[in-house]
Amino acid sequence: MQPADLSATDIVAAIRQGDLTAVQCVEAFLDRIARLDGSLNAFLHVDRDGALATAAAIDARRKAGRPLGALAGLPVAVKDALCTADLPTTCASRMLAGFRPPYDADTVVRLRAADAVIVGKTNMDEFAMGGSNENSAFGPVRNPWDPARAPGGSSGGSAACVAADMAPVAIGSDTGGSIRQPAGLCGITGLKPTYGRVSRRGLVAFASSLDQIGPMARSAADCALVLETIAGHDPGDSTSLADVVPRYTELLEQPLTGLRIGRVRDHYADGLDPEVRRGVDEAFAVFEAAGATVHDVELPHAKYGVATYYLIAPCEASSNLARYDGAHYGHRAKPGEGHRAESGGRRFESPLVEMYCRSRGEGFGPEVKRRIMLGTYALSAGYYDAYYAKALKVRRLIRQDYLDAFQKVDLIGGPVSATPAFRLGEKTGDPLAMYLVDLYTVATNLAGVGGISFPCGFTKGGLPIGFQLQGPALAEPLLLRAADRFQRLTEWHVRRPERIA
Amino acid sequence: MTLARQDVAKVAMLARLELSDAELDTMTSELSKIVGFVSLLDELDTAAVPPLAHPLDTQNVFRDDEPAPSLTTAAALQSAPRHDGEFFLVPAVLGESGAA
Repeated sequence: MQPADLSATDIVAAIRQGDLTAVQCVEAFLDRIARLDGSLNAFLHVDRDGALATAAAIDARRKAGRPLGALAGLPVAVKDALCTADLPTTCASRMLAGFRPPYDADTVVRLRAADAVIVGKTNMDEFAMGGSNENSAFGPVRNPWDPARAPGGSSGGSAACVAADMAPVAIGSDTGGSIRQPAGLCGITGLKPTYGRVSRRGLVAFASSLDQIGPMARSAADCALVLETIAGHDPGDSTSLADVVPRYTELLEQPLTGLRIGRVRDHYADGLDPEVRRGVDEAFAVFEAAGATVHDVELPHAKYGVATYYLIAPCEASSNLARYDGAHYGHRAKPGEGHRAESGGRRFESPLVEMYCRSRGEGFGPEVKRRIMLGTYALSAGYYDAYYAKALKVRRLIRQDYLDAFQKVDLIGGPVSATPAFRLGEKTGDPLAMYLVDLYTVATNLAGVGGISFPCGFTKGGLPIGFQLQGPALAEPLLLRAADRFQRLTEWHVRRPERIA
Repeated sequence: MTLARQDVAKVAMLARLELSDAELDTMTSELSKIVGFVSLLDELDTAAVPPLAHPLDTQNVFRDDEPAPSLTTAAALQSAPRHDGEFFLVPAVLGESGAA
């Protein structure tokens, strides 16, 4: 039995029944990482020794008849934006090169308590800012379906490692599409839960009113399995929701008869690739065949989503990233030789300010600097009302669009991205072009609701096409059930990239 | 929308970011384009719309005001670029720059 050919659900069952040991399973995935990741660069750290030791301890506990956690022996790859006390946590930034957090993220605590085995930390856009994974300080990730193309971002390493079967499941985070977009471009399934469903404690903060952790896997059923473990209230995150966590895996069976799915006309604008459009239309037809009905709905402020997002997210980021000061942890510039005592013609107020400015100038990459600058500008005296406050008002209009739409339909369907995976380097010279890859995903975060993306076809060139479903707050059971039903009726999600099979 | 180079330099200092001359040039042109793009929102009349800072109508959460364990000094200092075992060490807070 090849563990890489099994679903996460089957792996957990096989280990529980004794058909597979945790060590055999973890070793099989580690071997694939060793063989494949040299060319894909999906991992920033691989914890071979730690993972094998954890797996051996799980096998010993099983042998001794002691109780095992819900994910016992399941290898999990974790985005490098989540704190792990025993592994470096860098956010793919030189600012945090070699950083060891003093505690585990809540999601990591829950994974460990469920006896999942963390095999490594995945590559990403620096501080989760980007849609292609090309903003990593440690090199881009390559798309397993075509190594000349980007995997999407920011959770590009998590998406690529699942697509290449280097881990059966991975953890990502989604601030404006960073789980759903790379999942779509890599042909896997990714869920962005409702804001607050999964604790953000220990997730390195990018934009705190938008950030949300979620599962990425081959299938919706596997996402359900992982979400069951990582969702739940955390007293350490005052925005985490206290609502009871449903047994997502047990709520997949009910058919979709009578389900109303909305289709948004604006999703079919000029920029939509014809092959993506065809895939999306065929997906709607699959849902209709499964008993759902499709209805046109309006999201009148959808066209303002990206502009609203690129004010609110950078404003929050400029505040959150103020913590990287070269004093408490992270990169500090070496005392100056040959440096000017000014920047842009402005003199540093003191040696301390000079250290701050130089540490941050050296530690952050270009996109992170751009967002800090944009956010600082939009929050500065004289501009706050025109930009930040304005964006917060439009955010309310966008959320209201969703509340209105969900009076008429149960879910909203459509594309994840306007195009399939683009070439590495194709958009790196034009920040605005890169921002527009988030067109179909940012509004979900602005509204605080949930979304899931999964493959609904392939282009003639063999690239995956993603379909997105969005639901009202706490509709994860319905999102997972609808995606799971789609995957019972189609086989797009079981396709593997040939080059690396 | 065109931002002035000296205004971008001022924002960089507010953001505590040292930018090289070349970075300042690029940033001035890129920020001008991005600010021009987000000005799309100006076409909406939002005079009667209250701002929404947070997606869910959550309320402030309080806990009992009782001491609870926190990070030890050693754990808090473990990744500090410079420390003396008790405090973080930083360059002078007052005084002339150039000696950091």
